[in-house]
This record gives sequence, structure tokens and C-alpha cells, in this order.
Amino acid sequence: MSFVTGVGLTPFGKHEGSSSLDLMSRAAQAALDDAGLKRAEIDGILCGYSTVSPHIMLATVFAEHFGIRPSYAHAVQVGGATGLAMTMLAHHLVEAGVARNVLVVAGENRLTGQSRDASIQALAQVGHPDYEVPLGPTIPAYYGLVATRCMHEYGVTEEDLAEFAVLMRAHACTHPDAQFHDPITVADVMASKPVAMPLKLLDCCPVSDGGAAFVISRERTGETAVRIRGCAQAHTHQHVTAAPALSELGAEISIARAKEATGLAISDVRYAAIYDSFTITLAMLLEDLGLAGRGEAAARVRAGHFSRDGAMPLNTHGGLLSYGHCGVGGAMAHLVEAHLQMTGRAASRQVRDASIALLHGDGGVLSSHVSMFLERVR
Amino acid sequence: MSERIADWTKGEQAITFQTCGACGHVQYFHRAFCAACGAPDPRDARASGKGRVYATSLVCRAATPETRAHVPYNILLVDCAEGFRMMAHGEPNLAIGDEVTASFPTFAGKLVPFFSKRK
Repeated sequence: MSFVTGVGLTPFGKHEGSSSLDLMSRAAQAALDDAGLKRAEIDGILCGYSTVSPHIMLATVFAEHFGIRPSYAHAVQVGGATGLAMTMLAHHLVEAGVARNVLVVAGENRLTGQSRDASIQALAQVGHPDYEVPLGPTIPAYYGLVATRCMHEYGVTEEDLAEFAVLMRAHACTHPDAQFHDPITVADVMASKPVAMPLKLLDCCPVSDGGAAFVISRERTGETAVRIRGCAQAHTHQHVTAAPALSELGAEISIARAKEATGLAISDVRYAAIYDSFTITLAMLLEDLGLAGRGEAAARVRAGHFSRDGAMPLNTHGGLLSYGHCGVGGAMAHLVEAHLQMTGRAASRQVRDASIALLHGDGGVLSSHVSMFLERVR
Repeated sequence: MSERIADWTKGEQAITFQTCGACGHVQYFHRAFCAACGAPDPRDARASGKGRVYATSLVCRAATPETRAHVPYNILLVDCAEGFRMMAHGEPNLAIGDEVTASFPTFAGKLVPFFSKRK
């Protein structure tokens, strides 16, 4: 058994003068404080990567900087799925008795530490170096390809996709630490600058500075405990050129495995924390995971289904699209928010019942998937 | 191992693919083995350059000065007649399902496959 005993999250946006290590440290300290644990009690560290400050041994760089001498430490790299992949590993390490308290941490000054071009270029390298990158694609283009295909097969429209951006912005407006607080409309999304059609600027997550951390422990610390009920992964490809058909993508495989591992069904889920690098990502994942019927996700957004007071509140902090995206820490914010919701600490964003949460991360171009169920234990 | 046929990634006006002699699997990314069954030395061949558009995305925001000069450019996934999928450039108004044929213009200083609607 393992518990998420503490969470930490910085505001996302500009942190002028903060390094990746600074942002990781701030988030880590917040997570330790939240768990009520001291540095000496942390015996495992898992960290993500930093595109601004790449290092072949980032976990020990961080451990030394932060002042921990763990018995287990290394970095993990699965793109946008890294945060949940680290959490899954921490869960197994704790269950196996390898560590008692694993600190999972990531942070990056991706916005102020490098140019936006440098970020876009660094990320485009997930493409094939010989067969894709010479064509000048960008991450939005990889997802743009998926989007046109999805629109073609399922009749999804650009206006449908815009709904997800509007929803995430509405949620971010209620979180003081989100990067964006100006409400937007479907018309605003439609009129925003074209990036990689059909994706426009407001269909894309921003580049942010920020950090996030959790502690995964063998024993619960707080009054209300959040237990990792079970998780699973699926990896079908790396490059979009080699991706399977839309109906055979990894999200459907990983959620099936996670359901089998936990005995839970989608009907048990009360809160959803789903990766949303682009509007198309969120639209597809919601349907692949079974949180909406095929081609119905946008209609459910319009009906308020995924709003704070709806039947399935989703990314109430604003997601990558509007809380922001600082790399690995970006999708970790989804788990931080889920934890706050599950422990009744989400302030004005609090949902009625977050007793069971479904989290899902996606890395690459729908390449790597991690599905995870969290359960509140009183 | 059989001689590798030069393709557009090596500056030649050609698209190549590999067929496994053991299981018949067709692959586009060149390897010394079949990714489906592991058999060594899949057979290299030139593709016809004919295919059908699987997906498109018109890039309007590029990340390097060299690619920015070409904006907007249309990135495609094309299902080639020989049974493999590839990424390429294409005419701006192509639609999914269009029958296309390849040529090899220069993009950012390098030869790239570019698909046009088959007449």
C-alpha cells in the first residue's frame, strides 16, 4: 500500500531569476511541509528532467542541493507522462519496501530560462531525427496531424476543441496561482493566431516556469489519507509516423490495465485529472479513457459535465492549458490539485465529492501513457 | 547485408522502405532488422511515391529562422501504396483521403518529399 502524503506546487508563469533547482526546491519543501516530514525521513528521490538545465544525474544534483542523502535516486524521462510514471514507480518502490518516503519532484524555468523558440525546438526533438525533424514539424504540428485525423474520423470540429480551452481557462480563473486569469470564449479561441492548423494559439498550452512535488509514503501521515489504489502504463510508439490507428492508442490500453489492477470502473470515478497539452489531447483522452462517449466529449463540456459543479469535475486548477506547463511539473500540478480536492483543501474550487480520482498522463505524441486511480481513506 | 538504397534523408530524390523476407512486414524507418519479427536484413526497395493523405497540419508558427522562411507549410502523414506511412510536406489544400504523388523540392536547405494531388 502507498499514500500520497504531501503535495507542493509553485505558481506557474514567470519566475524571473529562479533556476530549475530553485523551483524544484520550493516545490519539494512545500511537499515535505505538507506531509509533515523532515529531510532525513526522505529515503528516495525521483525527479524529472529540465530542458533548460539538462544533466545526466539530475536526481543526485537535486539531492545534494536540497540536502538529502537518499538510498534510492534517479531521474525519469517519459515526456508529459513523467510525473505519473514517477508516482507509479514510487508506489512500487514503497510497496516493495525499497523506500519508506519517496520525494517525486520536477521544476523548470522553461519560460524565462530560454527563448520560446528554444523551447519549441527542444520539444520538437521528440520527432524522428532523420524522417521527421528535417521537415520542420513542431509539437503542435504532431498533435495537429492527430487532430485533423480525429476530426475526419469522428466529426469533431474546431469549435468543439475550443470548448476545452474555454473550460480550462474558466477553471484557472478560480485559482490564484494559475498563469492565466482572463476569461476566454470559443470565439476568442477561433480567432487566436494559427499555430499548426487546426490548432490555434489558445488550443495550445503555454510555456511556463514552475515546480511541483509529492511525497509517496508507506505510512499515512495526515488525517485524511490519499491512497494510490493502482496504476498501469502503455507505450505503443514514439513517433507520430509510427502511431497506431486512433482506435488502438495507448490510453485505452493503460486504462484497461489500471481498471483490472484496481477492480475499479469509470463509474466509480468522482474527479478527473487528465493531461491537456492541447485541446485535442484532452478531447481524445477523455473519450479513450471512457469519461465521454466517442465524439461526445465537447458536448459534455458544453453541458457542464466537467465543470466544478458537474458530474465529473476535471482539472479544476486549469490544467496545462491555463494553469500552465513547465515541463514535467506541469502535469504534476494535476495530481496536486486532485490531492487538494480529495483532502477538502481546494478552497473556492472544492468539489462535492472527490473520493476517487482518475489521473492520466501522456508523453510524446500519445506515445506513452500512465493511468492511475487515487482513493481517499479516512 | 544488402546495400542500402539512398533516399531523401541522404539527399537523393527517392523514398525507400523495407520488406521482411521472413514475415513480410513492411517498415519505413530503416533498420538492420525487422521490427515485427527480428529477422535480419529486410529488403530495401524504392517506393513509387504514390499514396493517400492520412492526416495534415498546416504549420504557421515555426521555431527556426530557416523553417520560418517557408511558413506556412503543410505537414502530412501519407499512407504509401507499398503499405507504410510516412511524414512529408504537401500542397496547402490537400484533404484527408486525397490520392497524391511525390516530388522532392528543397526545404530549409535540404531535399524533402512533397506530395501533390494526383491528376
